[in-house]
Amino acid sequence: MRKFLATAGIAGAFALAAMGAQAQSVKVGVMLTLSGPAAVLGQHARDGFQLGIKHLGGKLGGLTADIIVVDDELKPDVGVQKVQALLERDKVDIVVGVIFSNVMMAIAKPVFDANTILVSPNAGPSPLAGRGCSPWFFSTAWQNDQNHEAMGKYAQDAGYKKVVLIAPNYQAGKDSMAGFKRHFKGEIVEEIFNQVNQLDFAAEIAKIASLKPDAVFAFEPGGMGVNFVKQYAQAGLAGKIPFLSAFTVDETTLPATQDAAVGLFAGSQWAPNLENPVSKKFVADYEKDYGKVPAMYAAQGYDAALLIDAAIKAAGGKVADKAALRDAFKRASFASIRGAPFKLNTNGFPIQDVYVVKAVKRADGKFATETVAKVFTGYTDAYAKDCPLK
Amino acid sequence: MSTTLFIVQTLNGLQLGVLLFLIAAGLTLVFGVMDFINLAHGVQYMLGAYLAVTFYGLTGNFGYALVLALIAALLIGLLVEVLVFRHLYERDHLDQVLATFGVILFVNEGVKIVWGAAPRNLPIPDFFSGSLRLIDGLNYPIWRLCIIASGLLVAAGLWFVVTKTRIGMRIRAGATNAAMVSALGVDVRRLFTVVFGFGAMLAGFAGVMVAPILSVEPGMGDSVLILAFVVIVIGGIGSIRGAFLGALLVGLVDTLGRSFATDLFRLFLDTSAARQVGPAVASMLIYLLMALVLLLKPAGLFPAKGR
Repeated sequence: MRKFLATAGIAGAFALAAMGAQAQSVKVGVMLTLSGPAAVLGQHARDGFQLGIKHLGGKLGGLTADIIVVDDELKPDVGVQKVQALLERDKVDIVVGVIFSNVMMAIAKPVFDANTILVSPNAGPSPLAGRGCSPWFFSTAWQNDQNHEAMGKYAQDAGYKKVVLIAPNYQAGKDSMAGFKRHFKGEIVEEIFNQVNQLDFAAEIAKIASLKPDAVFAFEPGGMGVNFVKQYAQAGLAGKIPFLSAFTVDETTLPATQDAAVGLFAGSQWAPNLENPVSKKFVADYEKDYGKVPAMYAAQGYDAALLIDAAIKAAGGKVADKAALRDAFKRASFASIRGAPFKLNTNGFPIQDVYVVKAVKRADGKFATETVAKVFTGYTDAYAKDCPLK
Repeated sequence: MSTTLFIVQTLNGLQLGVLLFLIAAGLTLVFGVMDFINLAHGVQYMLGAYLAVTFYGLTGNFGYALVLALIAALLIGLLVEVLVFRHLYERDHLDQVLATFGVILFVNEGVKIVWGAAPRNLPIPDFFSGSLRLIDGLNYPIWRLCIIASGLLVAAGLWFVVTKTRIGMRIRAGATNAAMVSALGVDVRRLFTVVFGFGAMLAGFAGVMVAPILSVEPGMGDSVLILAFVVIVIGGIGSIRGAFLGALLVGLVDTLGRSFATDLFRLFLDTSAARQVGPAVASMLIYLLMALVLLLKPAGLFPAKGR
């Protein structure tokens, strides 16, 4: 009898401990693109997110952070399967993801339908910002048009009269040009659509040189950007025709383009040289831990951890009540790497300052982007007005 | 459209063509001689570029990097042949496609583990880093001329080996009728290995040569491989001459299409429509060309004799 009591006591203690542990932890599913040619973007976002949790002492809002990282392989169907596993099998409290908009459009509905919070560290497709916005969606990045618009505004402010646009021949390329033209009122001399994953841009560059524009605006993500930037410099155009870009010149491509990219411009809400204590600490520790300069994707991942932390604190550490947690996200306030208190619009996208940044070679020999000028103050995206949420 | 711009674009097309030839030469030999579909050929091209980056980092000299990368590419090619491909020669094409596709996945991920997912850089060797002023405001890098020259040299060398030497004779005979060559006492297996290693090295050479102008990244061989297959289908499978002329044709058609399709459509469409239609048609051109060749000359424009 005594033995039975002891056993029951131990079992009870275990049960209590288990319950205690459950209440003390928050489960976050992180879905990013971690394989294939675009994996480097996902790696930056993942490393940034994990550094954020490390800075928070392994906790989010005082609860032990239980992180499950999965790879969407940049395939929408794989993304849907894996997000369903996160929601139904792992029963995550919050989903953080994804890098690419096509995957985002596939996984958003299953996450929203499960009444689960979705924090985007990157992708911000226009449907989610406008009519299709959701109270479960929060972004620590941007609406997709932001950086293209910033470059258009910059070209307009700089007084460029004739601009050539170049982008890959797919939807994002067309959106990019539309975003650029929203604030640029000068003449678009030519819109060049290259093939997706094109290797050699010699033909396009020769055409640009023959058109003699005041500036070029390029949207060539990933390896296309590396090829284009290298060949642009080799053709002697860098330094002669100003090069404006979005998602083309950043810390994920600079290790490959190196000197060829120095002096080229891009639009971004963040750069490693931004003067504020949160960003400074983040950059220093990221470079120490991962041996490379963080790109904006890393910064966005870091902010995702800070946002979740602040929201759980605002909810009083209760993650089980999803609706209450959701409302806590809306009023969550924290010091962002952007240098100001983080502010969300009604559609869940940040209201933030946007800069034009320039690639430089730092004194330590590493390549990074640096802010040149602020293009937008308190930028809000063009789609928020269509969002019925208040 | 000025004449000089047309000349520059022709030069660009020639350079793309020569690059495609370096890759397609090995592919067409392997396909023609061994009747073996090697989807993993693009992987050799990628490895060539990565090896050059690594050896350049170690030696700081492009020449050494080139030689070491070629040797390493050859060894890797032979290793893969012995480990994987040798067991597939007797199997049907579907098995070969599956297995070599598996090699692509395997090596692409392997490259990411060894070198990381971020693109890498190989600088142009100092001696060739200058450029020529061709049209106002545009410099033509001397390195691109080097690519053209080296491709033409390789083409000449291959022509000599294939038509004038004993091993070339065996290769041609193997492409025509491998069973008969074997019956005449030639060790076909060894011939295959030589051809395979050589093809792998050529693809590696192409990778080294383009690394200074392109992004060295995982999966960089995959898009090139498709173009290389288009080249050998147009040129005629198993034919070096076909690969050479097919590659130049594809390079020129693709580049000139990309350069001038929009302007051409602007003659009878309004500007925004031309900007939509031009690139769409330009990206189809080489495949239309391939379809046309298959329709009129199913064996390719310059088929190997006896096939």
